[in-house]
Amino acid sequence: MSLTVNGRPEPLPSPATLDGLVDALKLTGQRLAIEHNGQIVPRSLWEQTAVADEDRVEIVRAIGGG
Amino acid sequence: MSKHSITIAGKTYSSRLLVGSGKYKDFAENAAAAEASGAEIVTVAIRRVNLGQDAGAPNLLDFIRPERYTLLPNTAGCYTADDAVRTCRLARELLDGHKLVKLEVLGDPKSLYPDITGTLDAAKTLVKEGFEVMVYCTDDPIQCKRLEELGCVAVMPLAAPIGSGLGIQNRYNILSIVENATVPIIVDAGVGTASDAAIAMELGCDGVLMNTAIAEAKDPVLMASAMRHAIIAGREAFLAGRMPRRRYASASSPVDGVIG
Repeated sequence: MSLTVNGRPEPLPSPATLDGLVDALKLTGQRLAIEHNGQIVPRSLWEQTAVADEDRVEIVRAIGGG
Repeated sequence: MSKHSITIAGKTYSSRLLVGSGKYKDFAENAAAAEASGAEIVTVAIRRVNLGQDAGAPNLLDFIRPERYTLLPNTAGCYTADDAVRTCRLARELLDGHKLVKLEVLGDPKSLYPDITGTLDAAKTLVKEGFEVMVYCTDDPIQCKRLEELGCVAVMPLAAPIGSGLGIQNRYNILSIVENATVPIIVDAGVGTASDAAIAMELGCDGVLMNTAIAEAKDPVLMASAMRHAIIAGREAFLAGRMPRRRYASASSPVDGVIG
């Protein structure tokens, strides 16, 4: 399937969860927040949240700013 | 030293200087400057992860550690209330339910001036959702009071545009804002050098938030130290109660007994 992650197309073998997506993107262990189709999904639910073809995902982290 | 501590949303911090984490040449310099500043609150921005980035690349929070500092996520880059609210919700999730946020809704990329309407709308929503909102705003005394009335835990009028280093542009507005406030007033944006920070404190402000003034100094760690001293000096001068300004001289040495 193909998702849009941070505005870019991202292929991912299905079935997959948000947890699997984080692993596939090599982001495991980093402090992140995820929005899935416009809804924030708490970290504790990533493993149970399935992603489908054409889903939109935003993955953010903290960076330097004023 | 309790005269140098500030209480925001029920929590007391030992420094009235708040600093940003942007524009540093690297994380190590950022960490050293934050340390030298004595600040306990550090702002951070919330941005998309770079996909394809090296998984082992260092992270800001490895240097500005959440155990050491109170992180203050900002809504920099947001031009609508909706984006600012969305950013705060993401920040709260990112930081394990942390409620303290810096709200900014900008009106224009050249001046980075706050959009009053967007700021008021976002503040209303965020307060309702349980956030502790420290709000960046103009030095308009009415806007500042309205934001306080909406439930913001601190109001943060600009000295001058973000990153301009011009210092406080309208001392009389800042004085009015301080006089009318029942929440902490923290000058945020436009500070350029130590005297600007001292002036803010002499006007009775509760604190100063700055980023560029330190990060773009030739020696950021030294400037951070200068700012730490300036905040303390300004606060003590304010509490000491300054002498009156006079139109003419008033001799400091007695007139009697001058040799002749």
